[in-house]
Amino acid sequence: MGEKLLMKGNEAIAEAAIRAGCKLFFGYPITPQTELAEYMAKQMPKRGGLSLQAESEIAAINMVLGAASTGARVITSSSSPGISLKCEGISYIIGSDLPCVIVNVQRGGPGLGGIQPAQSDYNQATKALGHGDGHAIVLAPNSVQEIATLVGEAFDLADIYRMPCMILADGALGQMMEPVDFEAKPAREIPAKDWACCGHGGKRVHNIVNSLYIEPDQLEKIVLERFERYKKLEENEVKYEEYLTEDADIVLVAYGITARIAKTAVRNARKKGIKAGLFRPITLYPFPKKELNALADKANCFLSVEMNMGQMVNDIKLAINCKKDVYHYGRTGGMIPSPEEILAKIEEVSGGNA
Amino acid sequence: MSAILLAGFGGQGILFAGKQLVLAGMKADKQVSWLPSYGPEMRGGTCNCSVNIDDEPIGSPLVTTPDILIAMNKPSLLKFEGRVAVGGTIVIDSALIDVKTSRDDVNACYIPATQMANDAGFPKLANVIILGYLIKKTGLYDYDYFMDCIKASAPKAKPELGELNAKALAMGYNYEG
Repeated sequence: MGEKLLMKGNEAIAEAAIRAGCKLFFGYPITPQTELAEYMAKQMPKRGGLSLQAESEIAAINMVLGAASTGARVITSSSSPGISLKCEGISYIIGSDLPCVIVNVQRGGPGLGGIQPAQSDYNQATKALGHGDGHAIVLAPNSVQEIATLVGEAFDLADIYRMPCMILADGALGQMMEPVDFEAKPAREIPAKDWACCGHGGKRVHNIVNSLYIEPDQLEKIVLERFERYKKLEENEVKYEEYLTEDADIVLVAYGITARIAKTAVRNARKKGIKAGLFRPITLYPFPKKELNALADKANCFLSVEMNMGQMVNDIKLAINCKKDVYHYGRTGGMIPSPEEILAKIEEVSGGNA
Repeated sequence: MSAILLAGFGGQGILFAGKQLVLAGMKADKQVSWLPSYGPEMRGGTCNCSVNIDDEPIGSPLVTTPDILIAMNKPSLLKFEGRVAVGGTIVIDSALIDVKTSRDDVNACYIPATQMANDAGFPKLANVIILGYLIKKTGLYDYDYFMDCIKASAPKAKPELGELNAKALAMGYNYEG
């Protein structure tokens, strides 16, 4: 155990990134993410790195594209409206097969929305972080401590699979302080970046990083290769946590900060004699389909709990082939659901059969 | 287990006071969480802070049924008093709040903290005065232990702030209401 520090989630993301060997931050301030940029601005120059406040989110993501082309570990961060601005660049990064880490500390939307916590960018993060056939890995930590380990993992996964990895947090997780221990996480083997454009002194054929393929058959081939990698990702990198699901009649499915609130609700439901459990996807892409499907053979129903209007419901239904009912409880616009509200919904949907 | 809600105007040091409670808990190897909620403005808006101090891992960081409510303005008292757990504690800055709590099933503690802070020449430390009174009334922490924590919380470059905080804490702890 290292020394315990009391840190905001946003600061922990920045510190974990620096500890993962990230030397480059490009960003643009936006609430509720700004502490991350502030921490980078303070720390990067002292620790041999560079923190640059770009003129806009679009500029920042394109700086990430450039830096990632050289094989450097690079990160950018924003909150919901800013992520929408970055989407064009993210698509180019996906199309160029470049690793990087992108942080979304979500706030209420659509539009400028509000500045309070939300999870309403779930669909954007998991389905369409830009145009084209492509994905980014999406990790959803639920505590400041988990941030400390998942950010390093995000860099490793990005490097191993040569694709962007998003840390999908929310305003509550970003702003809250908890004790955190930056214990070194187990190192993973990172393949050599022989594709990087980082100078070669004429000793080899030059590398090209590009996302433009005019010939459709060539573009199709590259997309198909990319989806082979996605398949491996799905086979090897799914992360999730289960709590009291073994004998659960009703399984709550929740990620990020909401999973913590749902866990309290599950405990309270158990005290009332309702067999509730919690399934927490940690990777939202790849989604833990197999594991959820296995639960569908035992549980009576599922309850998705999110800070949005039910964006994960379809993923749960697909994962379990609609074998059981999937209900939803959510608050949106920056409202945080309370354990009592969730418990009321558990009681409502498990009424006759729990 | 303590779920604490601190609420008032931005600029009163609500978040700072919450952080001191959490730091002291962390040093004592408790599980802790600190969750702020505030508007876009630096000063003047409403501000509240959820603090959990527990032996078990914290589930929801949001305090919905506080054991302890610290109310530093009237809107906060009116908004949150109904949520306090039966038998819980409400600490009220009576210099700024001209009403009593409507709850008769809680331990209500009144202290004119803002007036005391102004009179003592450190108008920004009403929050710490309230912490002193809270500790006296609830025994949340040992006084000497918390005093050490609050002294240690001052930045190294400004040790005099730790002394001021210590004075304010003592003033709250010794207040005879």
